[in-house]
Amino acid sequence: MSTVQYETVIGLEVHVELHTKTKIFCGCSTEFGAPPNTHTCPVCLGHPGVLPVLNRQAVEYAIKAAMALNCQIADISHFDRKNYFYPDSPKAYQISQAARPIGEHGWIDIEVDGKTKRIGITRLHLEEDAGKLTHTGAFGSLVDFNRVGTPLIEIVSEPEISSPEEARAYLEKMRAIMQYCEVSDVKMEEGSLRCDANISLRPQGQEEFGIRAELKNMNSFRGVQRGLEYEEVRQAEILDEGGQVIQETRRWDETKGQTFSMRGKEEAHDYRYFPDPDLVTVEIGADWKEKIQATIPELPDARRARYSADYGLPAYDAQVITSSKPLADLFEESLAYTEDAKSVSNWIMGDLLGHLNTSGLELSAVPLTGKGLGELVGLIGKGTVSNKIAKTVFKEMLASGKLPQQIVEEQGLVQISDEGAIKAIVVEVVAANPQSVEDYRAGKDKAIGFLVGQVMKQSKGKANPGLVNKLLLELLQN
Amino acid sequence: MKITVEQVEHVAKLARLKIDEAEKEMFAEQLSAILQYAEKLEELNTEGVEPTTHVLPLHSVMREDEVQESLPIERVLHNAPEDEDGQFRVPAVLD
Amino acid sequence: MTLFDLGLREIQSRLQAGELSVTELVKESLHKVGERDEKVKAFLTVDEAGALAAAAKLDEKLASGAERGLLFGLPAGVKDNIVTEGLRTTCASQFLRNFDPVYDATVVKKLRDADSVTIGKLNMDEFAMGGSNENSSFYPVRNPWNLDRVPGGSSGGSAASVAAGEVYFSLGSDTGGSIRQPASYCGVVGLKPTYGLVSRFGLVAFASSLDQIGPVTRTVEDAAYVLQAIAGHDDRDSTSANVQVPDYVSALTGDVKGLRIAVPKEYIGEGVDPKVKESVMAAIRQLEALGATWEEVSMPHTEYALAAYYLLSSSEASSNLARFDGVRYGVRADNPDNLLDLYLKSRSEGFGDEVKRRIMLGTYALSSGYYDAYYLKAQKVRTLIKQDFDNVFEKFDVIVGPTAPTTAFAIGSQSDDPLTMYLNDILTIPVSLAGVPAISIPCGFVDEMPVGLQIIGKPFDEQTVLRVSHAFEQHTDHHTRRPQI
Repeated sequence: MSTVQYETVIGLEVHVELHTKTKIFCGCSTEFGAPPNTHTCPVCLGHPGVLPVLNRQAVEYAIKAAMALNCQIADISHFDRKNYFYPDSPKAYQISQAARPIGEHGWIDIEVDGKTKRIGITRLHLEEDAGKLTHTGAFGSLVDFNRVGTPLIEIVSEPEISSPEEARAYLEKMRAIMQYCEVSDVKMEEGSLRCDANISLRPQGQEEFGIRAELKNMNSFRGVQRGLEYEEVRQAEILDEGGQVIQETRRWDETKGQTFSMRGKEEAHDYRYFPDPDLVTVEIGADWKEKIQATIPELPDARRARYSADYGLPAYDAQVITSSKPLADLFEESLAYTEDAKSVSNWIMGDLLGHLNTSGLELSAVPLTGKGLGELVGLIGKGTVSNKIAKTVFKEMLASGKLPQQIVEEQGLVQISDEGAIKAIVVEVVAANPQSVEDYRAGKDKAIGFLVGQVMKQSKGKANPGLVNKLLLELLQN
Repeated sequence: MKITVEQVEHVAKLARLKIDEAEKEMFAEQLSAILQYAEKLEELNTEGVEPTTHVLPLHSVMREDEVQESLPIERVLHNAPEDEDGQFRVPAVLD
Repeated sequence: MTLFDLGLREIQSRLQAGELSVTELVKESLHKVGERDEKVKAFLTVDEAGALAAAAKLDEKLASGAERGLLFGLPAGVKDNIVTEGLRTTCASQFLRNFDPVYDATVVKKLRDADSVTIGKLNMDEFAMGGSNENSSFYPVRNPWNLDRVPGGSSGGSAASVAAGEVYFSLGSDTGGSIRQPASYCGVVGLKPTYGLVSRFGLVAFASSLDQIGPVTRTVEDAAYVLQAIAGHDDRDSTSANVQVPDYVSALTGDVKGLRIAVPKEYIGEGVDPKVKESVMAAIRQLEALGATWEEVSMPHTEYALAAYYLLSSSEASSNLARFDGVRYGVRADNPDNLLDLYLKSRSEGFGDEVKRRIMLGTYALSSGYYDAYYLKAQKVRTLIKQDFDNVFEKFDVIVGPTAPTTAFAIGSQSDDPLTMYLNDILTIPVSLAGVPAISIPCGFVDEMPVGLQIIGKPFDEQTVLRVSHAFEQHTDHHTRRPQI
């Protein structure tokens, strides 16, 4: 190992698909998952003679996103052509923005290890997406143009991200902000959120940047972090050996857990940007800006602060819950049915996130409602169900979407808090387990746990555990 | 401005044009002559002159976000040199 | 004589009276194409079945007494860079030799709405690049006045088909003079409207910031009718002007009293054939005799227009023509080794030399390190040229001069030297850069070849351009002469 300490410099280029109904320059639907090429027309297929007409909604979403990222919004923006040949690009140029993007000089705050760091955003611009290529082995590739023309915003960060962990936090914050603004579905697995990264290392204290590699094909938040971690190690090893990092594009291979050079498969680009003569400039006047500004909702940072202040949530809980808009919305909906915010938070942080993690499901795919969660917390508070039973009820809620009251009634899960009924079981259990009773009396406190367990088992888990404990102790100590 | 054969090769590659040796010489000569002629523009002082992309004072032309009918798939593929399973076929593209 | 010599009003009144049918008009057109086009070569595709079917429908409409469109029953030719659904559209390029469009250009719809009948698609310089029609990849068009001469270009087929009496009118496109110059060479009327007046949707782009579609006709009045039918805002073209279309026909008052004409000295100077100049000056004196006044002016940036134009139009073209890659339509080279090879072969086999030359020039002008020196500089010069026009139009109603420096030249006489060829457009190009309207009308003959008078107007003032042209036409008979074919 070398003794040189390196500083990691990362810049991210994030693409977000805007969820307009139609494409950016034609009226074809942007719906995901249609049969190949069924959402295409002469305009998005780049037929001879066609002309683009800009989708107002796409511009408004882009401005909204730029505002939410604290960007300065251009007064006059325009579109340029980026010229390159590739089968997924029907016109052999992409309509994008070079000279006058929608927004510039923005920032977002990220939280890593309890510390807040501000990351600068260089620019946000609007452009059209490309089509999709499917490789069918060595003999050919197939092109589907459904996705071509879907409006995209490209968000370029300053090279101010210092670790793979920060990169992930940046990306997660970016997703949250886009979600809160409701400009995109931001699903990495469907490609509506995509991320490329530039990463370089430099010796601690050196001002000049090292030679960077560009990383592509990181298709999950975890992939971004892992890909960058791999690259950090790879570059450090090269530098330690006195070598030089090659400036190139590298592809992250998720299954192999490695990055591979794409060298030789691309050439030096000269995109020959120039203003698209088929489009006119977009003037973004003060009125329009004000109107859009007014539609920006409370953003994650503001909600997080509010959850801590109003509900006393721990900082970590507040951050996790606000990192996803559906989660935060669920939290707030629940509070219409219970005042116990901390309990709601515990259920979300524990059982719910655990379930989403293991099942790999999105919250939207789960029928759980805020009403259900709020009422469940209420039932526990009233002692109607035990915490243990509540877990069973919650599982059923996740599966069926039924309200807890209904589940409890259907399955007869109401907690037994009738002292007489419990006492009868306690007496029975004590009689049936003389060895444990003896152990307890001999000072082995653990034995009580076994006895409680037996009572709970006999009551099918419905006995109020507090009462069981109390009654057992009473009996044993007499 | 004299255009070299190497520059012609570079530009031809950017433009995806295949040209043979004789054409390279011809284009080098002709493009040089045209660009030499274009040097005339340098006589003009254009400091402070705004570039004209459009002669019309049009701006902010936009449409509403309303779905229009797409083409039926057989019309999409009507002129395709090669297609398969509703898609356009091209030689293998690797990434 | 053809039926078309009757003129629009007489044709309409005979149709009304039942003395003439649309089918007869269409058959007349098809007959003349059959008889003359073997020599003239103005057509690339003739849609006989489609035209006759359309004629039959219009005859039914005529019989029903339903309201008739502005161009009812008139046989038209459409330049082959304007897409027509189900009717082969090639741009005179091998690349598109089998291209069958899946939609109609806006102007094609408008022609149909006006009840005209499309006879077929007209020959041109490949992708509208050229001024002689020698760049058609199929066969060159011949000038009906002298079959050894060029018809001009790029809308050579549009001009020659009208001059030869094969169609009643045609549509052409003009990027740097491509309607006006062939109209001048072929002795017909050709109008380039103000940029943005006619929708470009469905016009295969050459240089998007300059391209305009316009009519080619035998008379100014016909040009007014056709313009009336095709002008107007189109929400599928972002560069389409949102202006109220005036009544062009009613503007043809015949009155030019008090009209102020500017004659730029740069338009009648060195390089202009003295006989052409003489013919043009005679025309100006004719207008003077009708009550107009004229004055010589200077448009000092005229000499820079050609260079700026070639940089700008080629740059835009290099990008516009990149979509011809052999993936979705057009020719695809056989057995490409790989993707790059597919592009290289398809495009090289599909494009002719002039197209390649301009793509190369444009690619170079936009490439890294040269953008500012060429493209941006040319855009700034464009601003200066436009200012020349603004300045003159502060004091004058129209600018008048020759359309081209010479009459039609011999086929093959200039094809070796692109730069000399480009000089034929030197009087039409500044107008294109400024985006203002201009017309070319016949104003005389030199050595039995027609001379064109160019009348240039203020933006969206086609009415004045047409009024002046019409007044001149009323007092001359150049437009009534017909070539012997």
